[in-house]
Amino acid sequence: MAPALVWLTALMVVPCALVLALAFFRRGIYGGIDYTFTLENFGLVFDPLYAGIFLKSARIAGTATLIAVVIGYAAAYAIAAAPRRWQPVFLFFAVLPFWSNYLIRTYAWIVLLNREGLITQLLRWFGYTGEPPSMLYTEGAVIAGLVYNYLPFVILACYAPLSRLNPELAEASRDLGASAATTFRRVILPLTVPGIAAGAVFVFVLSIGNFVTPALLGGGRFQMIGNLVYDQFLTANDWPFGAALAMALIAIMLLVLMAQAMAANRAAGRAAEARGNVDG
Amino acid sequence: MAERSPATRRTLWLVLGLVFAFLYIPIAVLVALSFNEGGLPTAWSGFSLKWYVSLAHNSAILSAALNTLIVALVSTAIATLLGTLLAIGVEMRRQYGKGLEALIFAPMIIPDIVLAIALLSFFSMLNLTMGLHTIILAHVVFNLAFVCSVVRARLKNFDWSIVEASADLGASALTTFRRVTLPVILPAVIAGALLAFTLSVDEFIIAFFTAGAGRASTTLPMQIYAMIRFGITPEINALATIVMAVSITALTLSQRLNRGMIGQ
Repeated sequence: MAPALVWLTALMVVPCALVLALAFFRRGIYGGIDYTFTLENFGLVFDPLYAGIFLKSARIAGTATLIAVVIGYAAAYAIAAAPRRWQPVFLFFAVLPFWSNYLIRTYAWIVLLNREGLITQLLRWFGYTGEPPSMLYTEGAVIAGLVYNYLPFVILACYAPLSRLNPELAEASRDLGASAATTFRRVILPLTVPGIAAGAVFVFVLSIGNFVTPALLGGGRFQMIGNLVYDQFLTANDWPFGAALAMALIAIMLLVLMAQAMAANRAAGRAAEARGNVDG
Repeated sequence: MAERSPATRRTLWLVLGLVFAFLYIPIAVLVALSFNEGGLPTAWSGFSLKWYVSLAHNSAILSAALNTLIVALVSTAIATLLGTLLAIGVEMRRQYGKGLEALIFAPMIIPDIVLAIALLSFFSMLNLTMGLHTIILAHVVFNLAFVCSVVRARLKNFDWSIVEASADLGASALTTFRRVTLPVILPAVIAGALLAFTLSVDEFIIAFFTAGAGRASTTLPMQIYAMIRFGITPEINALATIVMAVSITALTLSQRLNRGMIGQ
């Protein structure tokens, strides 16, 4: 196991520590790095220009997460309600697209959304004659791409608790006079929150740092944090600022993960308490 | 789940149908267009394999495919060896701490772009000339983590007393590994290797940052990215179809060898 640990230390721990350190240095006059300690890179992260991009990234990632969770939960619910022997098959086909190349899955949306794409042609077929709608290179296209790419994971994460749900709980709720909607809201939904949270965190974290989808479906006009980091490293040659942005990204990610862990703990606590009440 | 009315059941099937349509229509359109005769990427004008033929004559794509194959094979070989040893080491002595656990899981969790810029900074600080070798070094980092986790899952139910028994019977550590441990975990090792290979073939961001300048170290995903950015050509549809077929086959195989992995 030693060689593997050496590899991980040399090529992951050390480089990541290096990026952290870079964030505290100044940018050299001709690019490069001037090794004097400074905190101004972190200050710049809060500059309205960049803070705005952070907020926009959070908004896009948040919207994508919300849509993915709604669709993914509905799909997982439908799969869990299907006949037992069909469930693994449906699940397999729900995850299969996730196994193909990310770039290709994103490119598929360019093919669908471009001016002469399938959607425009469908509209024409239904008698639409006007200008083709511009769907590509919009915020909506970026969100569609993110939802499409990460949906399978939400389905998987929500299916796990849904398939383990004890049917007697729903029956008991119905017997006690609750409507289907109330049963869903008060019984089924709370018991499946951990799955929803896991799926949501996954979509949010991967979306907020994404740079490929905004670059391709946003047509380069769409700056998200990932694109900003990319630009600082490969275009602007301001590595210290790029590093500070990356650290901010990691910080957001850790906060989201911590919030999820805390919520999961609380949910587990409540579930244990509820079981205690029933048993006692 | 509880009994459902026919109306509810119809709604559930409808939901399932819509979601599968959402998941598969984009891919189906892409695959269908790859067999499209016309030059236009979006209008059907007859079945043809000409875009596949023209792929076979595109030297940029062929050299990118070769680069990808080299990177994937070498990094998979190294990652499979190191990841398997790491998994055995970790599972044999269970007294490892949280730090080690975090170290092993980190490459799967760190955002690609962060690992990519970290490696770029690191390599350039060492004044390393970047190329296929730096991509390989980088790919091993995350491949290692995936192989390790697949093999560890298999080792969870491993009966370590047979290793002791083998040692008691006078077998050397190497013989024990070759004749006892390896045969038991082999399906997981192969599954892990297939997973690593596919991830490496598909990986774009880290390769993009650690490839350095020049066409010599362009991998297939980098080539695809460049092609997509400079407009749609029917060749991308054909290329995408092939790449998708390869990854889905490899991962389905990996899944068969290591049942239940996606359910983790």
